[in-house]
Amino acid sequence: MRLFTQLYTELDETNRTGEKVAALVRYFAAAPAADAAWALYFLTGQRFKRVMSATLLRTWVAEEAGLPRWLVEESYDAVGDVAETLALLLPEQGDGSDLPLHRIVEERIAPLRTLDEAGQRALVTRTWAEMTTPQRFVWHKLITGSFRVGVGRTLVVRALAQVAGIDPAVMAHRIMGAWEPTAADFRALLDPDTQQADHSQPYPFYLAYPLEGAVESLGPRDAWQIEWKWDGIRAQVIKRQGDVLVWTRGEDLVTDSYPEMQALGAVLPDGVVLDGELLVWQEGAPLPFNVLQQRLGRKQISARLLKEAPVILMTYDLLEVAGADLRALPLAARRARLEQLAATLPADAAFALSPIVAAPAWEAVAALREASRERGAEGFMLKRLASSYGVGRVKGDWWKWKIDPFTVDAVMIYAQRGHGRRASLYTDYTFGVWEGDELTPIAKAYSGLTDEEIRQVDAFVRGHTTERFGPVRAVKPELVFELAFEGIQASSRHKSGIALRFPRMARWRRDKQPADADTLATLQSLLESVSR
Amino acid sequence: MLAQCRRAKTWRPTEAPRTFHQLQATNLTKPPACGSIQHMTDDLLRLTPSGLYCAAGDFYIDPWQPVERAVITHAHADHARPGSQRYLTTPTGAPVLAPRLDPGASIRTLAYGERLTLHDVTLSLHPAGHLLGSAQVRVEHKGEVWVVSGDYKLEPDQTCEPFEPVRCHTFITESTFGLPIYRWQPQAEVFAEINEWWRANQAAGRTSVLYAYALGKAQRLLAGIDPAIGPILVHGAVLPFVQRYRDAGIDQPDVLYANGENARAHRGRALVVAPPSAGGMAGWLRKFGPASQAFASGWMTIRGARRRRAIDRGFVLSDHADWPGLLAAIRATGAARIGVTHGYTGQMVRYLREQGWQAEVIPTRFEGEPDAEIGDAGPADAEERASGEVD
Repeated sequence: MRLFTQLYTELDETNRTGEKVAALVRYFAAAPAADAAWALYFLTGQRFKRVMSATLLRTWVAEEAGLPRWLVEESYDAVGDVAETLALLLPEQGDGSDLPLHRIVEERIAPLRTLDEAGQRALVTRTWAEMTTPQRFVWHKLITGSFRVGVGRTLVVRALAQVAGIDPAVMAHRIMGAWEPTAADFRALLDPDTQQADHSQPYPFYLAYPLEGAVESLGPRDAWQIEWKWDGIRAQVIKRQGDVLVWTRGEDLVTDSYPEMQALGAVLPDGVVLDGELLVWQEGAPLPFNVLQQRLGRKQISARLLKEAPVILMTYDLLEVAGADLRALPLAARRARLEQLAATLPADAAFALSPIVAAPAWEAVAALREASRERGAEGFMLKRLASSYGVGRVKGDWWKWKIDPFTVDAVMIYAQRGHGRRASLYTDYTFGVWEGDELTPIAKAYSGLTDEEIRQVDAFVRGHTTERFGPVRAVKPELVFELAFEGIQASSRHKSGIALRFPRMARWRRDKQPADADTLATLQSLLESVSR
Repeated sequence: MLAQCRRAKTWRPTEAPRTFHQLQATNLTKPPACGSIQHMTDDLLRLTPSGLYCAAGDFYIDPWQPVERAVITHAHADHARPGSQRYLTTPTGAPVLAPRLDPGASIRTLAYGERLTLHDVTLSLHPAGHLLGSAQVRVEHKGEVWVVSGDYKLEPDQTCEPFEPVRCHTFITESTFGLPIYRWQPQAEVFAEINEWWRANQAAGRTSVLYAYALGKAQRLLAGIDPAIGPILVHGAVLPFVQRYRDAGIDQPDVLYANGENARAHRGRALVVAPPSAGGMAGWLRKFGPASQAFASGWMTIRGARRRRAIDRGFVLSDHADWPGLLAAIRATGAARIGVTHGYTGQMVRYLREQGWQAEVIPTRFEGEPDAEIGDAGPADAEERASGEVD
């Protein structure tokens, strides 16, 4: 636990990429494989589902520290992080736990899942007594399922590749695959022999940058393949050695959730990897994202759901054929192979070939883009025909050219403090639009303001609080913001009857009065026009 | 008194702070009634739009508007405002107070423990341990004793007089760090961490830039770090106070002014002590070459506060009392009644009441503090404001 806590602290204390990688390299070179495996597990964002209730922990900390429960909550309000608050409140730190990370997992985390409350408390108290404050903090993060550290996967990959002495692309590929946090699997990840690949591993997804300049700046139209940009779940479907695997871009293995993809896999030849978008598809058109949402994270899919929300793979690319990696080929060649493959599939397969937009000139393309929403798409993907399939997000060959979002002018009505680096600042806001002479909440938004604007809004909130509900403050309805959002849906769960997709603050409309904000009726008619 | 009555007419009608109702019960907020001492309540000190006022002795403590007589606990900007006619502070506090006031301001000094009689009030000053010359103000009238803490810490500090508990009936305490998450580690450990950080930076060829409030914290840091490690540079806001501390007999290591020439000469090896605002100035930091930035403050307890500033290290070192320190100080006074000002006042008052004290919030200011109850419009910013070193 000492090494891992040290690593966490070092990563937390620097913003320099080079130093982060150096800290990771030091750790992975020094830690025993059994511990390094768990460290990698946590650093790549995998976690235990909460094994301890944070509420119980708060109660116990209050008792240990001899503090009233409300003061623990006030402290949390100032710190903005449960694990950190509890670590700061606990009395007398111990000398530090010498248990290696894998034994912490086996002896101080896993058992908490099955112990009764008294057993949990005994184990938690014992562990607190051993640990230093920073160790307690990290351990709290692990047992409450909230472990996060400011280091991206690419940095972890770079460090591990350096330790293993292999190409980062190979390491990225290995880490994407199925491995367990065991010493043996960790050693296999570091294996300097790069010939043998695990057949379950997907390829790192190639991602596009948003197009910022004019589309004409991309040069001649005929150097580009243009496809619709669909709003689903990016995924790779793999068929190798008779097995079918579905990986999402979030690197979750979700095969079980999509029986349709297993059926698709059954008709695919062996040694094939498809890259595409999981979409709910009916009568030649996608259903909105929230229909697909019902399918997420389910192990058991009811027959009804399969019928109401059938999923297909809108296929963009072909990455592997007959076990051979095609990624270095130009897109045009890969597309030709993909079309050949598509022709062999039965008509009822849960498969669609991403249509290529034929519009001959940029002008025509731009005009067609305006019709994206009618097709249930979000705009275009622009891919250079000569491009190979890269790793990660690289500028130049692939662009996403989204349609402008919807906007609405809304009034800030509630505010709540943020977390992490926004702790103790009011950064999370709820917005309302007019329904008669009342403001009805329509969305929450956190992002879109500059630090300076956040400071100003924070000061406003403090000076114009009208009521408090726990951590939430009702504020004088005075500030107007333009919210941008990607979609609108009817919703019975919201008082307003609508739900906005991905709302964020586009602009602070200082020029507008609350009375100038939009009405619920405006949004309702937008909903109608979108649904039609 | 006449002059003051005129001012009373120009007092802005101020919006009541959120805690106003708590104060009305004890009339702490009622401004002094012009010329009629009979109308006043029994409280020896009361909050007025100009600050804490003692009617019986006719003086203010740390007033935030110009008054006739101002008793100053210490020279940080939110306690020491210019424009009053006469000031009273400690002999060691006066030299650091003077630069804060208009040239030629009338400053009288009163040694720690010495008694001064004003009308039928006895006033004395006692060490607060916050910075050089900082004082608590003891006010006695007809056997009733009040003490105003100003800002204070209990931890020993080789650059100032140690805090002295003073028995009283009513104690007005600060609560900048009035939450139990704030518990300071021994300063020797913090100084060791700073030394280690400085050495590691040298090894990596980086200049060590340490942000700290120009008056008090900077001098405490200079006295606590190991000057053998390398050259020490200080920002222009820090330098004059280093000299004034030396004049008062406080040990300070040799320092150089952090101008361009010295910055270039000692790049990669030097420790630079500067006020937090310096880091925000375009170009200032660049002259030191590759640098690691750190901030020494009690606010660095919270990771979020450090990350928001996008600095590399946060050293938890404060000139304020931590939570156990506040409670120990309160207990040591023997006071039954506690006024709480600055910081987490609402939380501190509630806690004290639950523990059996008679406690109330004393708002810090009538303006400029958007949330009188919490007073943490960004905690680090609040301390910056409090130290007056924003610019």
